[in-house]
Amino acid sequence: MLDQFDVALDPCFPPVDRARLLAALAAVLPADGLIDKTEGLRVYESDGLAAYRSLPAAVALPRDAGEVRGVLRACASLGVPVVARGAGTGLSGGALPSPGCVLLSLSRMSAILAIDADARTARVQPGVRNLAISEAAAAHGLFYAPDPSSQLACSIGGNVAENAGGVHCLKYGLTVHNVQAMEVITLTGDRLVLGGEALDAPGYDLMALMTGSEGLLGVVTEVTVRLLPNAEHTQVMLAAFADVRAAGEAVAAIIAAGIIPAGLEMMDRLALGAAEAHTHAGYPTDAAAILLCELDGAKDDVIADLARVAAVCEAHGATEVRLARGEAERRLFWAGRKGAFPAMGRLAPDYYCIDGTIPRRRLPDVLEAIERLSARHGLAVANVFHAGDGNLHPLILYDANQDGGIERAEALGGAILELCVAMGGTITGEHGVGREKINQMCTQFTTAEIETFHAIKAAFDPAGLLNPGKGIPTLERCVDHGAMHVHAGRESFAHLDRF
Amino acid sequence: MGPCMSTPDASPLPISTVSDAAVATGDLAEALADRVRDASARRAPLRIVGGDTKAFLGRRTDGEPLEMSCHRGVIAYDPSELVITARAGTPITEVEAQLAERGQMLAFEPPVLGETSTLGGVVAAGLAGPRRPFAGAIRDSVLGVTVLNGRGAALRLGGTVFKNVAGFDGFRLMAGAMGSLGVLLDVSLRVSPVAAAEASRSLELGWPAARTLITGLMRRPLPLTGAAHDGGRLHLRFAGAPQSVAAITAEVGGEETAEAFWQDLRHRRPPLFAAPRLWRLSVPRTAELGEPPGEWLRDWAGGEIWLGSDAPAERVRTLATDAGGHATLYRGAAPDEQVFTPLPAPMLTLHQRLKAAFDPAGVFNPGRVYEGL
Repeated sequence: MLDQFDVALDPCFPPVDRARLLAALAAVLPADGLIDKTEGLRVYESDGLAAYRSLPAAVALPRDAGEVRGVLRACASLGVPVVARGAGTGLSGGALPSPGCVLLSLSRMSAILAIDADARTARVQPGVRNLAISEAAAAHGLFYAPDPSSQLACSIGGNVAENAGGVHCLKYGLTVHNVQAMEVITLTGDRLVLGGEALDAPGYDLMALMTGSEGLLGVVTEVTVRLLPNAEHTQVMLAAFADVRAAGEAVAAIIAAGIIPAGLEMMDRLALGAAEAHTHAGYPTDAAAILLCELDGAKDDVIADLARVAAVCEAHGATEVRLARGEAERRLFWAGRKGAFPAMGRLAPDYYCIDGTIPRRRLPDVLEAIERLSARHGLAVANVFHAGDGNLHPLILYDANQDGGIERAEALGGAILELCVAMGGTITGEHGVGREKINQMCTQFTTAEIETFHAIKAAFDPAGLLNPGKGIPTLERCVDHGAMHVHAGRESFAHLDRF
Repeated sequence: MGPCMSTPDASPLPISTVSDAAVATGDLAEALADRVRDASARRAPLRIVGGDTKAFLGRRTDGEPLEMSCHRGVIAYDPSELVITARAGTPITEVEAQLAERGQMLAFEPPVLGETSTLGGVVAAGLAGPRRPFAGAIRDSVLGVTVLNGRGAALRLGGTVFKNVAGFDGFRLMAGAMGSLGVLLDVSLRVSPVAAAEASRSLELGWPAARTLITGLMRRPLPLTGAAHDGGRLHLRFAGAPQSVAAITAEVGGEETAEAFWQDLRHRRPPLFAAPRLWRLSVPRTAELGEPPGEWLRDWAGGEIWLGSDAPAERVRTLATDAGGHATLYRGAAPDEQVFTPLPAPMLTLHQRLKAAFDPAGVFNPGRVYEGL
């Protein structure tokens, strides 16, 4: 499995005398800010991708940017890799410790420093939970828009590292669209302020580059996010379809009609059946697929647009269209959707969540292709995903206790991601590459592109010590993965196969 | 396509190296890559030219012109995807016309300073119009680019889908980089539906009072898409569903503002833009700022100040930086004068390393953004 690093295929660093490392860290951290005992390290051996596990050499828990800088300088001078970690909820193994690394946990830096309601910004430390920002802003009638499913627990620093998305990206954008400024410390100890209080900053847009860089370029020690006024009215519509293809076509038609829903989600029969049994949201379990379409805005506008969405769905053969009757039922509709992942426990002992994006109009074809792949690999797949963004989350159902269970799930997952690339999409819409999709990067990008990513990393981190073996594959790994032939094909038809 | 076929002078290359077939398709990627490889091998600087409408912006760069305008054409546009992909030399007016036919638009409202203005030039300059504070900048709309690096390799960074976190967002770096990182070949942009209704009002109000009013409006979920102050009056634009636009314009009162006001502002046509030395200050819209030394106009809800001023550069820059922003000498810089606000040393070093990552021989628009970059 990919939690094992391979000296031939991954960046690896010579081992360092552990006592020296611990002494160097102890000199810059408070006594309770350094974990070096195995039982303490165990807590940090994996992130939200729990199948991948590896122990760090030590865990550092700095309280402020000064201590972060101290840890980074100590590691830089000893040549020790550093893996930054927020809340550890990521699903791609981005915070998986690499061999011999110091795991840098930002969890103690969890203060909301300032909310400026007039400027509509919140300045926070990286360990602040995503939802805590909206909770603090609520007193001013404001909220922070990106809402990854882990928003109760995930941290804003991790959100920046992953360019986190969520249910409402379609209308409100990803993390990169909602961040105003950040403070970053590089491995060499430089403190950089990216972005600023104004809407732009001189020079290259390094803030955009840093967002989604998965801890490979620097460590974020402070973030200023943009806040939005709460909508006056929010309503959700449920539309049921007897045919998955029709549901997919309705999604593209809603967007083509000029409506940008706050959220537009889809669940197939397998997913909605399990979700209904789990949450009792009132979903029609005889449907082949349902759409949940949420609109927000001024009340009259929402009502008018909902009527248009209903008409589009009916024109595409919806068997049922209904509005949530009141706020309680609206929340229940969403509870069913948000409970769909845990509900998979009713269908199989384990599930593996995939995260590709495809052009919206390819939805029907891709869903059918996934069904064929599912049959070929002999593993069931449930689909519950951000249809409005074309961001798929096929859930592969498997049993880890069966011999080869995980490997079979990984193989099917890889095939689905490569399908997304072939359809003109991407291997990850919001979960990040991390360790999990390191091989599929070779499918999506050419050698020259991967070399460019390495060169960008080297501009920030010449020694390559920040989160090595994640995000960007070595060229050796791509040769080993055997994806080079795909590059040759793509380069010859650079304009033909992307859409 | 006409000029590319008929006048060899407009060709980006010695005509012998570009096949008629390539010119006819509008795809000159191969020829442009050859030209870049050749320039890099000779370490001969290139000055990348789109429609040549923004040559005044940035520091002077002396290089062999690399004409982009024959590398043109919309490659893909499907309204249900909210994405358009076009070659960099495509006139921006052509892109916008195709979108308008399908009731869509570029949300960042790029200033178009001449008919020849190209998509690539618009992205490279990174400028945005009145809708910027409400709908985002170019970097927010760029989904992917194909860019030639200094080795002449065509890199596809990003893609055509909105949610995409594979690889670094190198494509967003291209917005505002003034062509210093590479030669844009094509760009995929997210587009937005045009609102069903739009209306504008203007009020006779001094700036401090106008700022208070804007701040109040922006605390509420209103369909505000423009807020500009011309020195005497505050202009507000709303776009959205007819009901909510009608409600808020009635509440705001004042007089009707013609749509032409916003078009003029967007395309930099008010008389102020003819000032011999024109500054662009980007500041927090809520900042307390002393009276700017010259004639001014505020866009972006107060976050962008256009200032015609002969005041010493240091004074103008200090005014902006003290408020938490920065100042650009948009037009009228003396030769070798600093145009963009200087970067702290570690930031400049990082910029130089990033440039070298894309352009190791340093041939793309050297010195256009900063000396030594």
